Amino acid sequence: MNDHDHEHPHAAITNGDEPAAAARARALEELLLEKGVIRREDVRAGIDWLVSRSPADGARLVARAWADPEFKARLLADARAAALELGLDPGPSPVVVAVENTDAVHHMVVCTLCSCYPRALLGPPPNWYKSLPYRSRAVSDPRGVLTEFGVELGDDVEVRVLDSTADIRYLVIPRRPAGSEGMSEAELASLVTRDSMIGVSAPQSA
Amino acid sequence: MTYRVGTRVRVADRPHEGHHRTPGYVKGKTGRVERMHASFTNPETRAYGANGLPAQRLYLVGFAQRDVWPDYRGDARDRIYADVFEHWLEEAE
Repeated sequence: MNDHDHEHPHAAITNGDEPAAAARARALEELLLEKGVIRREDVRAGIDWLVSRSPADGARLVARAWADPEFKARLLADARAAALELGLDPGPSPVVVAVENTDAVHHMVVCTLCSCYPRALLGPPPNWYKSLPYRSRAVSDPRGVLTEFGVELGDDVEVRVLDSTADIRYLVIPRRPAGSEGMSEAELASLVTRDSMIGVSAPQSA
Repeated sequence: MTYRVGTRVRVADRPHEGHHRTPGYVKGKTGRVERMHASFTNPETRAYGANGLPAQRLYLVGFAQRDVWPDYRGDARDRIYADVFEHWLEEAE
């Protein structure tokens, strides 16, 4: 005789206020620690490295590329080597590829499958970059997304969306704004925003 | 089979159970090899604890947006690029 036949309602089983993804990540971390795959210090060191990265590094690369065409050529050919040349840390294995926005071509970057991003040179990605609406619309309606970000492109500009689906991380070299002639490299770097290196905004010279 | 830059390639339109990095929207679509990247360990086996060997060549493949999304609203020249592993590609006629 079954005295507990599930005809009656149970209270929903929840994690309290902890989101399911956070609970899952915590459970995975605990398991990996328990099995000796990782150590607590490795997790902390990884987080420290990630939050120590900043778009200021990417901005230095872009500013140097704007100021020095030969450096730009080297950046386009091998972004990792170019970052090392400036004393920047290009990060561990993922290969960084730089692409250049021009009068004729506008690049923007997305990761439809997850949140791949050149973290070593730009720091942690913004939340919208990881959101489903950006990830789905950036590929199917890039011009609409760009308009919402305030980027107006003429019909004569070709839009190229880069979906970083595997081991390559893409960094956009935005167009150098008019009015920035004669600026120092440090002044140029201050014009280069994080979003412009994702390809969803255009640097302005104030 | 290695695909040179400029080769027209078709992405295999096959179901795949489990982790893989070929986005559904390019499966079955024909594009052009834009860059040949290096070879990388295979995420389809690495995801399950294997070493991902043999490594697979990775390509940047460019597609016309209008070939991918039939009612694409932008310019006819607009393109979408994805990195696709060699074992997902076949030469297009």
